Amino acid sequence: MLSVKNIHANIDGREILKGINLDIKPGEVHAIMGPNGSGKSTLASVLAGREEYEVTEGSVSFLGKDLLELSTEDRAREGLFLAFQYPVEIPGVSTTNFIKAAVNEKRKYLGQEPLDAVAFLKMMKEKMALVEIDQRLLSRSINEGFSGGEKKRNEVFQMAMLEPKLAIMDETDSGLDIDALRIVANGINKLRSPDRAVLLITHYQRLLDYIQPDYVHVLYNGRIVKSGTKELALELEEKGYDFITDEVDLAANQ
Amino acid sequence: MKEKPDTLEQAVLTEYKYGFVTDIDTDVIAKGLSENTIRLISSKKNEPEWMLDWRLKAYNHWLKLEEPKWSNVKYPIINYQDIIYYAAPKPKKQLNSLDEADPELLATFEKLGISLNEQKRLTGVAVDVVMDSVSIATSFKEQLSEIGVIFCSISEAIQLHPELVKKYLGSVVPMTDNYFAALNSAVFTDGSFCFIPKGVRCPMELSTYFRINTENAGQFERTLIIAEDESYVSYLEGCTAPMRDENQLHAAVVELVAHTKAEIKYSTVQNWYPGDKNGLGGIYNFVTKRGMCKGDHSKISWTQVETGSAITWKYPSVILKGDHSIGEFYSVAFTNNHQQADTGTKMIHLGKNTRSRIVSKGISAGHSQNSYRGLVRASKQATNARNYSQCDSLLLGDKCGAHTFPYIEVKNKTAIVEHEATTSKIGEDQLFYCKQRGIDAETAVALIVNGFAKEVMNQLPMEFAVEAQKLLAISMEGSVG
Repeated sequence: MLSVKNIHANIDGREILKGINLDIKPGEVHAIMGPNGSGKSTLASVLAGREEYEVTEGSVSFLGKDLLELSTEDRAREGLFLAFQYPVEIPGVSTTNFIKAAVNEKRKYLGQEPLDAVAFLKMMKEKMALVEIDQRLLSRSINEGFSGGEKKRNEVFQMAMLEPKLAIMDETDSGLDIDALRIVANGINKLRSPDRAVLLITHYQRLLDYIQPDYVHVLYNGRIVKSGTKELALELEEKGYDFITDEVDLAANQ
Repeated sequence: MKEKPDTLEQAVLTEYKYGFVTDIDTDVIAKGLSENTIRLISSKKNEPEWMLDWRLKAYNHWLKLEEPKWSNVKYPIINYQDIIYYAAPKPKKQLNSLDEADPELLATFEKLGISLNEQKRLTGVAVDVVMDSVSIATSFKEQLSEIGVIFCSISEAIQLHPELVKKYLGSVVPMTDNYFAALNSAVFTDGSFCFIPKGVRCPMELSTYFRINTENAGQFERTLIIAEDESYVSYLEGCTAPMRDENQLHAAVVELVAHTKAEIKYSTVQNWYPGDKNGLGGIYNFVTKRGMCKGDHSKISWTQVETGSAITWKYPSVILKGDHSIGEFYSVAFTNNHQQADTGTKMIHLGKNTRSRIVSKGISAGHSQNSYRGLVRASKQATNARNYSQCDSLLLGDKCGAHTFPYIEVKNKTAIVEHEATTSKIGEDQLFYCKQRGIDAETAVALIVNGFAKEVMNQLPMEFAVEAQKLLAISMEGSVG
């Protein structure tokens, strides 16, 4: 579904990603872990199409299309979803209206009729129950004055509504207490399906207690330096990132 | 660093679609302003002696005044001798029916989406159209006169209803009020006149459409609306002008008088030519609008959607003289490119238990500057006066500015004045968030701006709310690439 080949990316002339390779198949859950500043969020931004980042080398294919050739909005409409680490507040636009616009833009792109009010409401009700989100949040301006937990839950709710093929969760666990984390993780688990892949970006192992990944990759200094199964995450938890990064630094110095 | 296009900047580059010029025979007087100019205007309009005297008095007062400099706008010095003060499409003869109007003129207004043909018009809207210095036509006059509503051009009112004009003209905005009001009083050429008799609820929207066509011509219109006891009227004005490299002056005066238990709802959709993207050309819109809640329990409500003009300088105000009277001001001001707007309101509480509400939404894009300036005054006698003000600013990009200048003067201890202000910005982060959800930048900006302006748009009469929303959308078109 997603095939990332030797991606290099710059911001302000500084190279952040230095040759990333990653293959994700439908139904799989991959976790990308790594210390701060290793390039995790940059990878998410590059895949989603944030303009500040310049891809200097490599290619990405998504569902058979050249992802880097698609605009940000077309990537989304093709089924790529990014749950933001810091969801953005948009005053004056209700969450409901925002999601309705998003759902219908996607339908238009796919050549489908827009959802009418009744069908949209029905869909909202179903998905609300799925991710345990309060209806009152949805009539408020999007993310405005939401708590950290509410913002993250809203991201998962949007993911449920947009039914993506690939969901990239950028540090979705950051800033959540244990109860909020459980609710958010439950929501994501319920959205797992054989034709939907998930890419979890996280600093900590604790999220992986709730969402079991098929693969774990360690990103360090712009490269994936180690890949494994969920046991790798547990090892990282125990020994810290140093046991891998020291090894990499040592190799680099030789 | 890679040069990336600023999507917001691109959003604002849009063509003004009303910028065409109508090629029509026009009766134009020479540029310049003197006592003779005023005598000429007055004689062309065949005015009575008292009207000419009034004008000359205003002119002599104007000569003693200096152009105000306190507003937050910058523009080159205006040469008042370089303006044409009277331009009228020929023939100037009185039209008995619209069929007699110049077909070119009719076509012009069709093009602007204003059908003068009564059969084709939206039912429920009567319209007066003013091109350059004169009123061309007023529709539904007869139907309105059956219930005693007078809706005609001010020139006609001077001829046919001199007692009303004499009584009310300058009663709310005295000729000595300010520089531009004095100038207008001296040289005003046309405008609308509405009189709603006691107990009548005007059954249709009254509307005036202003168009400047002639090069170098200034437009100085004068509007006077009188609502007698227990009457109601909803009035709307719209305006456009051709695209020209020179700045043109529009200095209007609007006066409203609401007697006991009367209500006047005045809406403006202002779309004068704003100038090009480099700030060349455009209308200077220097307008004095004021309403007087003269009787107890009267109400005046201003709603404005301002998207045009190179410079806007206007403060539709309400003097709350009657006890329990209500004043409202709802405004959306959108500025783009190099436009400057300094707009707001004044709520002058004189009577007891008077209430006012101000909702101002400023949207700035490009290199524009958008200022809210508002005064709330509660006088000594204004026991239990209440005001609530809300001023919100929305910035598109980081090259524009939003400013808020609230003035509050309270001389009565029982008065309660509340003021809230917010500033927010549509940033690249918000656009990216929207785009990541599949919403393209242009739709995203429209969504955000409409959400922001909704509270004010909801105040517009149904027939025009859609138009105004479209206008906002057009003004923003291309804001995002």
